[in-house]
Amino acid sequence: MRKWLWVLGMALGLSALAQTGKLEIFSWWAGDEGPALEALIRLYKQKYPGVEVINATVTGGAGVNAKAVLKTRMLGGDPPDTFQVHAGMELIGTWVVANRMEDLTPLFRQEGWLQAFPKGLIDLISYKGGIWSVPVNIHRSNVMWYIPAKLREWGVNPPRTWAEFLATCETLKRKGLQAPLALGENWTQQHLWESVALAMLGADGWNNLWNGKLKFTDPKAVAVWETFGKVLDCANKDAAGLSWQQAVDRVVQGQAAFNIMGDWAAGYMATTLKLKPGTDFAWAPSPGTQGVFMMLSDSFGLPKGAKNRQNALNWLRLVGSKEGQDTFNPLKGSIAARLDSDPAKYNAYGQAAMRDWKSNRIVGSLVHGAVAPESFMSQFGTVMEIFLQTKSPQAAANAAQAIADQVGLGR
Amino acid sequence: MRDRITAFLVLLPSLVAVGIFVYGFIGQNLYVSLSDWGKNPAQALAEKPTLHFVGLSNYRELFTGFVDVRFRQSVVNLIFFTLFFMAGSLGLGLLLAVALDQSPRGEGFFRTVFLFPMALSFVVTGTIWRWLLQPQGGVNVLPTLLGLPPWSFPWLTTREQVLVFDWNQLPFYTALVVGLVLLYVAYRAHREGEGKRRLYALLSGGLLLLWAFTLGRSAHLLPYPEPHGFSLALVGVILAAMWQMSGYTMALYLAGLRGIPVEVLEAAKVDGATPWQTYRHVILPLLAPITLSAMIVLGHIALKIFDLIFAMAGLDYAPTDVPAIYMYLLAFRGNQFAKGAAIGILLLLLVAVVVVPYLASQLRKEVRR
Repeated sequence: MRKWLWVLGMALGLSALAQTGKLEIFSWWAGDEGPALEALIRLYKQKYPGVEVINATVTGGAGVNAKAVLKTRMLGGDPPDTFQVHAGMELIGTWVVANRMEDLTPLFRQEGWLQAFPKGLIDLISYKGGIWSVPVNIHRSNVMWYIPAKLREWGVNPPRTWAEFLATCETLKRKGLQAPLALGENWTQQHLWESVALAMLGADGWNNLWNGKLKFTDPKAVAVWETFGKVLDCANKDAAGLSWQQAVDRVVQGQAAFNIMGDWAAGYMATTLKLKPGTDFAWAPSPGTQGVFMMLSDSFGLPKGAKNRQNALNWLRLVGSKEGQDTFNPLKGSIAARLDSDPAKYNAYGQAAMRDWKSNRIVGSLVHGAVAPESFMSQFGTVMEIFLQTKSPQAAANAAQAIADQVGLGR
Repeated sequence: MRDRITAFLVLLPSLVAVGIFVYGFIGQNLYVSLSDWGKNPAQALAEKPTLHFVGLSNYRELFTGFVDVRFRQSVVNLIFFTLFFMAGSLGLGLLLAVALDQSPRGEGFFRTVFLFPMALSFVVTGTIWRWLLQPQGGVNVLPTLLGLPPWSFPWLTTREQVLVFDWNQLPFYTALVVGLVLLYVAYRAHREGEGKRRLYALLSGGLLLLWAFTLGRSAHLLPYPEPHGFSLALVGVILAAMWQMSGYTMALYLAGLRGIPVEVLEAAKVDGATPWQTYRHVILPLLAPITLSAMIVLGHIALKIFDLIFAMAGLDYAPTDVPAIYMYLLAFRGNQFAKGAAIGILLLLLVAVVVVPYLASQLRKEVRR
């Protein structure tokens, strides 16, 4: 008995010796996205077998809960070693301006990432001469989804501009389709808005909105709300009660013709609903945004005061590597941020998105944290509510500008 | 003397703890609400943020600021929610209690069934009722069981509002309500023959009403009209809250009904009172203290409501918004900590308005004893 205890004690002691510390990874990847993170962690353990990895996942779509937990931990002086964050202003406007993050430019230089990632992306994650997070994946926001067989049945083509869209919508309504556009809860309405705005303002106008050169009260920006209102007339009235998956379901079931959603919808239809990309369902850039890739990206950053800094740096190295990205993304249903990724690992939609990622103009998404700080984004929901309640483009534009002034957008 | 010292020493730790962890933190929250924490993103989450004292400007912004229209709607929502939820729970609870008081067969079973929802948390209630109130399912398909067409009421997703009024007119409405209350006080004083109180109440009430109808109509909070009203999406939430809490009022009322001495009821019967008259003039007045206690408990639940709405409609949907949810959004998503703290203080004041008079009257009663 005593001998047995002694052996156990030795084993514990040995394993403690073999370990070279811990690594705590904070993210909101659970459920469908969990396996992708698990695969990445497995890869990390192969490379650094001594490190004990703590997977600190806080569930909740788009990180709504995780961000609150992260805030509590950071303010309490207990930062995780590395955490997931939407690349761009969501990180910069919250944590970088507060001087809580480490500049990762040396890491980017060392690993040759300045060439591996497209310049448009590097610009979005840079601020005041530093680069602040390592993007692990890319999603596209401005995509319109439809079922080709259904469109043939109705005798319509996927519209290429919003004017065409409204005409198609009228045609479909005459054929008895009550709501040709499927829409979901609040944030998916904002998601639709950013596709409309990108089409109406163009890529330059869209960027100017966020660097303060174009006011929300400019007639061009007010016109976005007008078109948006008309587009809403094509959508279902019970939107507030639907998740994005339920909105996609309406398209799949033929209750609606189109849905504007990020390309995680492709993952949902291909993996969960077992539809074949390109034949069972198809996609196009949202009307009027051909040649522009509105992106969002999940990335990892390095907070100041991380307890296991070296292990975290190794994690970031893996996350940004070709091997890491090609392990993670096919499982997550996104594409790699790197330009040299292997297309053979992705399905038909992923390959199409990779082609666009390499050739298109890149801009950032509002709703998913790339172009505006959190303080603006969280109040943009209020702007949306003002518009839905009053139906007044001017009122919405005034409110948006007031918030932009308040948070100092573009400063 | 020694007993007193022992008592004091025993109480001391909890006094210190309550002093720091309740009142100290309330004080800190008050201080934050008077600062500008969160206005400057570079300071919002900094290691040691520098706060500037800005006085009441956070409060002013909430009530009259351009972008805080959602806060105003949430206050209106909260008031309507509290009113309808309290009235509904009290009424339903009384009805159930009166029904059970007739000692039907299986009373114990029904008592358990009615009280059971209270054992659930609001999050569970909210999830169940969100399923029940789905636009294309749940209660909307009930009529089809009788062969009728289904309802199409969008319970939680409608944007319709009734009882709409203009927020701008708030000074006018406030003066009107307070003036009418003062007139009522004067009337009561008149009946009780208290000349001094009558005079003061009449005078101040009259002045307020005069101001309301002359200058008050043009005293505006905002430079433009801003309509708010009772949003019908709240009906579903109120139903769920009533379902949860009416068992509790039933239990209270049932205890009260059982506590009424049989002699009183028999005396009423001897005097020839009909059952209705017995209820109206004997039983209900005797239940008044119970109604008051129930109102206090329900009132502070209603004012603090967060989880039920979180589970039923989510955080982002303005038609079912209440201040607690808006506070969460501002502070923990928008990093506007000072403004969030200001809403917290306002909620504390609201709850105090409900609870403090009750506590004071209880305390006075105890002193009298």
